[in-house]
Amino acid sequence: MGRITLEGVSKIFGAKHAEAVALISQGKRKAEIAEACGAVVGLRDISFEVHEGEILILMGLSGSGKSTLLRCMNRLVEPTCGRILVDDVDVTKLGRKELLAFRQKTFGMVFQHFALLPNRTILGNVGFGLEIKKVPLAQRTERAMQAIELVGLKGWDAKYPHELSGGMQQRAGLARALAADADILLMDEAFSALDPLIRRDMQAELRELQQKLKKTIVFVSHDLDEAVALGGRIVLMKDGEVVQIGQPEEIVARPATDYVERFVEHIDLVSVMRVEQVVDRASPVLAPTQTVAEARARIGDAGGDAWLAADGDGRFVGRVRATRLAAAAPMETVAGLLDLDPKVVPAGTRLDAILEQVAAEGVLAVVHPDGRLIGGLTSRDVVRALATRPGGHGQTSSELSTLSKPTGAERWTGPSPNFPSTRSATKASTGSPTMAHG
Amino acid sequence: MTTALVSIPPWALIAVLALGTYKIGGRRVGLLTLFGLLFLWNLRLWQATVETLVLVILATCVALLIGIPLGIWFALSRRAWRTFSPVLDMMQTLPSFVYLIPALPFFGLGAVSACFATVVFSVPPVIRLTALGIRNVPTELVEASDAFGSSATQKLFKVQLPLALPTIMAGVNQTMMLALSMVVIAAMIGAGGLGRAVWQSIQRLEAGAGFEAGIGIVILAVILDRATQALAARARPHA
Repeated sequence: MGRITLEGVSKIFGAKHAEAVALISQGKRKAEIAEACGAVVGLRDISFEVHEGEILILMGLSGSGKSTLLRCMNRLVEPTCGRILVDDVDVTKLGRKELLAFRQKTFGMVFQHFALLPNRTILGNVGFGLEIKKVPLAQRTERAMQAIELVGLKGWDAKYPHELSGGMQQRAGLARALAADADILLMDEAFSALDPLIRRDMQAELRELQQKLKKTIVFVSHDLDEAVALGGRIVLMKDGEVVQIGQPEEIVARPATDYVERFVEHIDLVSVMRVEQVVDRASPVLAPTQTVAEARARIGDAGGDAWLAADGDGRFVGRVRATRLAAAAPMETVAGLLDLDPKVVPAGTRLDAILEQVAAEGVLAVVHPDGRLIGGLTSRDVVRALATRPGGHGQTSSELSTLSKPTGAERWTGPSPNFPSTRSATKASTGSPTMAHG
Repeated sequence: MTTALVSIPPWALIAVLALGTYKIGGRRVGLLTLFGLLFLWNLRLWQATVETLVLVILATCVALLIGIPLGIWFALSRRAWRTFSPVLDMMQTLPSFVYLIPALPFFGLGAVSACFATVVFSVPPVIRLTALGIRNVPTELVEASDAFGSSATQKLFKVQLPLALPTIMAGVNQTMMLALSMVVIAAMIGAGGLGRAVWQSIQRLEAGAGFEAGIGIVILAVILDRATQALAARARPHA
């Protein structure tokens, strides 16, 4: 299952390797080791797995060791100790020749500043990996052209890198990694040198490509928004150590340390959180067999525009507008009042995808993949979730986690002083409503 | 080789050289070569010019054959660079005619000695600039070639040398210029050519003849410089 497995990987810069390694095994930290023997710890005892077919994002500020760790995987940087298993081969034990062959066959790499050869055309650059593998020219050209087409650079193959924009150069960089037919992609800050707009396009395209190609991607980034946009697990690093591993929404909801909390402080919450974290599980649910009188009693004095109904198995059946409920005769059944075309949102959908819908519909039904109703989602729930962001002004993660199971009595009391959602809400309005079902 | 070239009618050789430099450096360099060489022929310095040219080109070729591989070695091995860098410094700071002394006992008076001294004197720039060019290849590009599994040889020939080529060509230009200046001085140990014309006019106090030969050297230097610079510009991608 683990495509790449790291076990206790450390990297020491400077002399006194043995001493530093010994100190690491005693659990000493980077600063202590630097003081004790003068060695600089680049990576300290790192273990995790990269799963087949996932995008794993190595994240951290500059100097946190993320690029070093990436380079350890294909041994552009030699790890000082530890094991790195790729497809059950211990990369750290490979001899020179084997290592070259292994790199050719297994890894494609994309660089921050593209690293295209200025004296070669795009075709020549994209075919570079194949040339190294000594693939014959005709075949090389064919496969390079396929890769060029795949990244949307068709017609640019005879140009030189300097004739292309940054975004296009990086497409060429990506094509070079893809053409070599290696199924692990190592991407080192691949989009960091691009304009924000182009960067977002590239992120979306990488996701799309990934759905088609199913490569295993290790992506280094310092940008949490990028990590969210790419939509993979995050390995958060600091001072050469792994601080937290998890999905973006887990990290945002439960930051492991103050550092992580600060890191996620300015994250665009709507793009991270999923509806299941926000949904109101306590709002009254009606049954289609109930009479209107029973329904009114069930609702009590709770306010709302509409109510959700579920059958005996908890399956969502439809929605009753408050106005229709008020106008109906007491002995009518709820079944007769249901909207014919109820909007349903899967529990795993990200908030930004449903903002428009929730604004238009008033209440959305959030359902499990098996069709069971979890609860209703109103714009009020969304605003409350965004207002009580973690870290912002003293809320702890435990306070945030109550968001996922709020009580009916809990009500939104007003915007928080550093209300974070204005920017996000306007941005998210571009999200297409159809995505909510996808 | 000199005799062979001298036996060719001067107009034919001039035409060939002018055409060659035109191909390399365009119309300006071509015309410069044409009129410069015609002028030297007109001054009755044709034989001396050809002798000097042959000696310079021969010495430069030998210097490159030695210098470029050494430069590559110095670029790739830090230890080699540290060991031999002072030697290069010394070679460049010693007065040029000092090299004439060791040449004499081994090769005697004549063109061979002159060639030897010229090579020793002119080889440092190409070594230095080859090493510099290779070291200055951006690390990301070297990393990229490593990441795709290049062997050291593949990396050298597919990435490092092509990208260092403009710098190496600048080294070639420098080496050629130094070779020319040394070939003139080497007239003291029997190298023929324009240098000998200058040397003789010094001994006989013939200011006019010395001036003519001096101008000849300048013209030759300008032609060689422009031609090799044009070559260097071609090596630079899309300047």
